[in-house]
Amino acid sequence: MITGNFEYHQPGSVPEAVALLSDLGDEARVIAGGHSLIPTMKLRLAMPEHLIDLQGISELKNIAVSGSDVRIGAMTTQAELITSEQLLKAAPIIRETALQIADPQVRYMGTIGGNVANGDPGNDMPALMQCLDATFVLQGPDGERLVQAREFYEAAYFTARDDLEILTEVRFSACAGGFSYGKQKRKIGDYATAAAAVLLTKSADGSCTHASVALTNLADTPLYCADASALLQSKGVNDASIAEAVESAMEQIEPVDDNRGPAEFKRHAAAIILTRTIQEAWSRA
Amino acid sequence: MSKQTITLNVNGESLSAEAEPRELLIHVLREQLKITGPHIGCETSHCGACTVEMDGMSVKSCTMFAIQAQGKEITTIEGLGTPDKLHVLQESFKEHHGLQCGFCTPGMITRAHRLLEENPNPTEEDVRFGIAGNLCRCTGYQNIVKAVLAAADELNQPESVA
Ligand SMILES: Cc1cc2nc3c(=O)[nH]c(=O)nc-3n(C[C@H](O)[C@H](O)[C@H](O)COP(=O)(O)OP(=O)(O)OC[C@H]3O[C@@H](n4cnc5c(N)ncnc54)[C@H](O)[C@@H]3O)c2cc1C
Ligand code: FES
Ligand code: FES
Repeated sequence: MITGNFEYHQPGSVPEAVALLSDLGDEARVIAGGHSLIPTMKLRLAMPEHLIDLQGISELKNIAVSGSDVRIGAMTTQAELITSEQLLKAAPIIRETALQIADPQVRYMGTIGGNVANGDPGNDMPALMQCLDATFVLQGPDGERLVQAREFYEAAYFTARDDLEILTEVRFSACAGGFSYGKQKRKIGDYATAAAAVLLTKSADGSCTHASVALTNLADTPLYCADASALLQSKGVNDASIAEAVESAMEQIEPVDDNRGPAEFKRHAAAIILTRTIQEAWSRA
Repeated sequence: MSKQTITLNVNGESLSAEAEPRELLIHVLREQLKITGPHIGCETSHCGACTVEMDGMSVKSCTMFAIQAQGKEITTIEGLGTPDKLHVLQESFKEHHGLQCGFCTPGMITRAHRLLEENPNPTEEDVRFGIAGNLCRCTGYQNIVKAVLAAADELNQPESVA
């Protein structure tokens, strides 16, 4: 399993990395943790001639929480997300999700930027980012651009990011209230057969003041379920409304047969996982 | 692509190798530096046999180019103990039958070492979750978990020096 040949570059700043990417053009790719890219390169599904390693850019490695504003640098690893106390307070669903990604070794290397930029429908962070209504910051030759996570994913491995842009930061608002990331997988270290991210806020009188639902690996992009979210918010959370919300979300999914099972099985698993995830989020709300 | 000089700090020693950027860390360690403790099980990031410690992280050295590890501190099983003076974890694996063929063992122990650095008092569940990236086709894991828990106890004794 030897990858194709490439030239290796290690820029020390974002402008330097953006300039390199512009100069080298199509033949260049950035590498973050490498835990999606290197396996793809070993299979020669990717054969970049230049790799631009972002590990030396310290400004991309930080977690900043100020008031309700949360900003995470692209090179922050899953392990760093898990151990951040300020993030645990601001958005506990991040740790819950990160702990369900891969295994410890992968989590030390895999970054949030790589996970959301990759565009693999199996990645767990993209649906979570849609659930949080996060914004991605992109830096390119023409400067900075913001794209909503809910607008970012176009098809498998196709995103709104231009080839010459680097995703530098993920931003979202702190979320109090009930949360849950539920994931059905064959074993630890596996991508989801079906997974769901749910945020629910309960008011003092028991009504639901905010609901957000998104799904992982059930279509060729992550899916934000706007109708299911609106339904839970308007009808409140109870067995009947959960069933209705799940039914609505299931109309959006387009699972395909693969080694995780036939589409029919995935539909079945998805409905169960989403039901349980909503129930758990509500029980914590 | 031409070879470049890569300098790694392995087990406290600064070592250099000439390698193409595409050479994986595991290949440079094993074939050039002759550090053959870390094994190649799957070469596809799944088994953990190639696990080494790098700057306080457990990493799969088959999923990293050696050039990415330039200048980093790497610890392999060779850096933990010697045949004359086994590390507590090595002693414990021996004592509790934490290995059979031994193929997964260097990765398993290197990973367990980092786990105990971060969590000196793990529960059984912590150990199982913490070594979930390391596969063993022989032992059924039971005795590996026992060995790690016993090593944690041993290391927590006041008189022991790791
Ligand atoms: C055994 C195994 C199991 C796994 N299981 C899971 C799982 O259950 N769930 C899950 O979500 N993931 C899983 N992964 C993938 C893992 O989380 C990856 O680390 C992650 O998908 C990519 O992050 P990375 O930092 O490694 O990115 P890389 O592999 O370095 O990059 C991935 C892609 O994104 C691009 N990219 C990276 N960073 C940026 C940036 N800042 N700006 C623009 N483009 C960028 C790269 O060019 C590349 O195309 C698994 C991986 C392995 C090896
Ligand atoms: S050889 Fe590296 S994970 Fe199997
Ligand atoms: S002892 Fe044989 S693979 Fe673990």
